[in-house]
Amino acid sequence: MNVVVCVKQIPDPADPGALDPTTKTLKRDGKLILDESDSYGVEMALQLVTAAGGGEVTLVSMAPNGEVSGLRTALAMGAAKAILVSDDALAGTDALGTAKVLAKAIARVEGADLVLTATESSDGYTGTVPEQIAGLLDLPSVTFAKQIEINGSTLKVQRQTEDGFDDVECPMPALVSVTAGVVEPRYPSFKGIMAAKSKPVDTLTVADLGLDGQVGWAGAGQQIVAIEEAPARESGEVIEDDGTAFEKIVAFLDNLKVL
Amino acid sequence: MTLSKIWVLAEASDGKVATTTLEILTKVRELATTVEAIYAGGDADAIAAQLGEYGASKVYTTGDLAGALPGVPVANAIAALVEGGNAPDAIVAATSYVGRDIAGRLSAKLDRTVITNNVDLEVDGDKLVTTEPVFGGSTNVKTTFTAAGPHLVLVRPKSFAPESAGGAAAAVETIAVPDSGKSGGAVITNRHVEEREGPSLDEAAIVVSGGRGLGEAASYVMVEDLAKLLAAAPGASRAIVDAGWVPYSYQVGQTGKVVKPTVYIAAGISGATQHMVGMKGSKNIIAINKDAEAPIFSVSDLGIVGDVHKILPQLIEALKAR
Repeated sequence: MNVVVCVKQIPDPADPGALDPTTKTLKRDGKLILDESDSYGVEMALQLVTAAGGGEVTLVSMAPNGEVSGLRTALAMGAAKAILVSDDALAGTDALGTAKVLAKAIARVEGADLVLTATESSDGYTGTVPEQIAGLLDLPSVTFAKQIEINGSTLKVQRQTEDGFDDVECPMPALVSVTAGVVEPRYPSFKGIMAAKSKPVDTLTVADLGLDGQVGWAGAGQQIVAIEEAPARESGEVIEDDGTAFEKIVAFLDNLKVL
Repeated sequence: MTLSKIWVLAEASDGKVATTTLEILTKVRELATTVEAIYAGGDADAIAAQLGEYGASKVYTTGDLAGALPGVPVANAIAALVEGGNAPDAIVAATSYVGRDIAGRLSAKLDRTVITNNVDLEVDGDKLVTTEPVFGGSTNVKTTFTAAGPHLVLVRPKSFAPESAGGAAAAVETIAVPDSGKSGGAVITNRHVEEREGPSLDEAAIVVSGGRGLGEAASYVMVEDLAKLLAAAPGASRAIVDAGWVPYSYQVGQTGKVVKPTVYIAAGISGATQHMVGMKGSKNIIAINKDAEAPIFSVSDLGIVGDVHKILPQLIEALKAR
């Protein structure tokens, strides 16, 4: 059972940064970390490989400046190796371009039975990349998985829906996007952290993938035309609770005639 | 200027068109001369009148998909229509499970970018311009397409108010679903509906949400009790959904539900940008948080700096006593 997990290295969400005034894209020049949304896919992959009794987890990521700190976190959790696509030519890449890069990188992993992704990243959150990758690789897919079981060469997935969940069966190889909270991501052990330092990270360029001119600004089918301040919501009274603040809430609701 | 034709991906359940679909139809009928719907389901005849009333002149239907997950077959059916010469200027869907799957597949199939999470659409000259909120809604980014159409757009729920246009029923046309081969192999074998008491998050006049400030999963019962007393829907921040305290279906925010109730009560929620996008449009916001610096207070109409473990029980008792 070999699993590829797509992981994104993002600016710390506690410090979401800003838009670059020239390029109008999110600044990614600071240190990047593993997107927490992706830690669930990494954990799920590790558990599936363990349950299958063999195989390994390979990470695939696209990031500027050869960034590996997020990859090291996932390697420390137990992934065996990583492919990083890093190239100045990737600046300005849209969601479809990102999917093209990741699909080409995934295709380099031999014998992959399953590709896991998060449902969306925490910084760009387009939420379309998983299906775009599956489409480019012509793989069947199940999005929004909250549980995955393997039965021979078939996946049995519980897929989140608007009003509950569906049981879905899907032949492998396949791509599955997992929701946050499906499993409890493990904390890397000290041993894991030390071992991660020497695990292989294969760094590739756009040219290595044969995608020259198809990604980055050149390949993006969209252009930002304006960035505007949204009208701010006026805030009202803020009070310190002195033991009677609940009465304020009751009065507020009464005033709105919703009680 | 208007565009000549826009397709809207329609969703429906139990013979009723989804509110998000009606919202999108209402908006795009201002933007294009012709609006048509695409629908995956066996009951297109049942919803044709409602789709027409909101502005669709025609509905293309794939018919029943026999349990297949809709992403692959519907994208293939739409791509076949487009490649057959019947291309619209844009295809618009809701940011929903189905909408995202179909748009993602279609994007790869047609080699067209898809712009997501939009809250507004306009036409500038002959181009569609989309508006996407970023940084928790403090900034709006307007984007247009630079490559050839059809342009693919996903719109967030509750971005537009649905209004009937009084149109006649949409004509129903069945379209072919090309064989999806192995990529269409995902099949639904069983459906589970999680019973929820009271109103749904989408439709409730009052929403009470809990966050990490509740401290532990067991404390969420206070949110449920308060919601019951107010005939409200209980909701949650991503933090406690990720922690497994409540199901994903409770999540309010960028990755969960967008809500715009009359009253939103945020209990123990600090107001991460991811949460704010989902609730900032509420008419009235009450926030309870022990950290006076919490960003939630920048959008609240009534902010209480205090402990939810003290205030919620007091509030529940006071409401019970009425």
